[in-house]
Amino acid sequence: MSTTIATDAAARTPAIEVENLVAHYGSREVLHGVSMNVQRGEIMVIMGGSGSGKSTLLRHLLGLRRPTSGGIRLLGQDITRLSAREMFALRRNIGVSFQGGALFNSMTVQENVELPLREHARLDRKTMQIISRIKLEVVNLAGFGDLMPSELSGGMIKRAALARAIVMDPQLLFFDEPSAGLDPVVSAELDELILNLREAMNMTIVVVTHDLDSAFKIADRITVLDHGSVLMIGDTAEIRESDNARIQGLINRRPRHETLDADEYLRRLTA
Amino acid sequence: MPDALNWLTRRLLNVLDQYGRKSVAVLEEVGYVASLLLESLYWAVVGRWLQQPVRLAAICAAAMSVGITAIPIVALASFAVGAMLAIQGIYSLRPYGAESQVVLGIALSVTREFAPLITGIFVAGRSASAIAARIGTMQVAQEIDALSVIGINPVRYLVSPLLLAMLVTVPALVVMSNFMALSGGALYCNLELGMPLAAYIEGTIDALTPEDVWQGLSKSLVFATIITLVGASNGFTVTAGAEGVGKATTRSVVVSIASIILADMVFSYFQSQ
Repeated sequence: MSTTIATDAAARTPAIEVENLVAHYGSREVLHGVSMNVQRGEIMVIMGGSGSGKSTLLRHLLGLRRPTSGGIRLLGQDITRLSAREMFALRRNIGVSFQGGALFNSMTVQENVELPLREHARLDRKTMQIISRIKLEVVNLAGFGDLMPSELSGGMIKRAALARAIVMDPQLLFFDEPSAGLDPVVSAELDELILNLREAMNMTIVVVTHDLDSAFKIADRITVLDHGSVLMIGDTAEIRESDNARIQGLINRRPRHETLDADEYLRRLTA
Repeated sequence: MPDALNWLTRRLLNVLDQYGRKSVAVLEEVGYVASLLLESLYWAVVGRWLQQPVRLAAICAAAMSVGITAIPIVALASFAVGAMLAIQGIYSLRPYGAESQVVLGIALSVTREFAPLITGIFVAGRSASAIAARIGTMQVAQEIDALSVIGINPVRYLVSPLLLAMLVTVPALVVMSNFMALSGGALYCNLELGMPLAAYIEGTIDALTPEDVWQGLSKSLVFATIITLVGASNGFTVTAGAEGVGKATTRSVVVSIASIILADMVFSYFQSQ
């Protein structure tokens, strides 16, 4: 009983709260006080050009890097203060699909999908196989379980990675660059898949992308990052109608005409 | 004149600066290797209680790839070194007419020095590179990150089983290497001096104390640790894509072999006191 009460209370807090996040690579500050919230059941797209800090923000949200200062709360828990054991428990509720898929090359597709189950759930072999087959079916990869990752095409790798990410039925799903390296048709199929997943499993989904078509198609709200700061957070209409020059530049693919200072760039590289 | 002095000071400071940076980098690496060692031992001991066990199947698979498949090459090299020691020993003892004393020389130098060193160098060449390449490739493909977000500690999953496998298989390889090198010596002594095999074995047993064998085995435990950790740390710190993996692979072989030889020297000094 107590668990259901706890989940009810949890359901009212946002799935992700980021407060004044500051991050450094070496001595260089790459995120300058980023704040954002993601509500439960929402699809939030984090958008920005290369070097905008979106990958860095994602690495912090995943707990792969510790921030210099600021707070990150996932599903109501401050991940900068969790013990290893609490973090391990929280990870059951989080699925991640990486840019290149990050499937383990020494395992078959099915074994890849089963891996989180093997680590987190005490299930017998048969049950794990059934669950992973179902998840492969969800991403339209039924029958491909016995192949090795090296035998899959780019789009299939992303699907398999997605199956692995959702195998624990996570409340929170992160998707890094779903359309990178895919042709428009395959990438549109992935967008459908993401929308279906939210529909069917009521997941909170965070997608990091620089693909505009995909962003406007799937997003409930969009966070636009630029040079390590949040430019704007809003729904797709608000972003489209924004009169911010940088956002319009990003949306309309206008070149920035910024003079790149070679010395400054080299200094940054060597810092 | 002040210009030249200025130039000189600047040059000197530059050199100092560079050596300073290099020393810091080396210290940093040593620190990282030490923390990797502690972490992998930690998981090996307490992993089971944290529901993150170091699995026996993973240890066996690692033992197979780092140990069992190294048997033929280590055996061949050890046999050759044993014969070579006999050749050189007999040549250098001949002026004194003490050729038969070569048995003592072979027995001691093989068990205390050559068997662990040869095994160490071969395992480093085969496995330090393989470890660095495997972990480095996984790092580049974000597979290490994927392990972390699934809740699998990468050190527990990748390094602990390797370390345990190495700590078992490298001493075992040294035992085999001892036998092969002593056989190589026996064969040459038999051919060159007409020494019966029984006499050779007896001479070897008389010459050796358990401490000699233990010295070789204890060294090999250190070598096994060095190889695993140097390979793993180079793999984990790969940054620049496929080229980075290549560099890390080469570097791990060079660094682990150099460290093995240096560690061997230090050990030999202290254990022979």
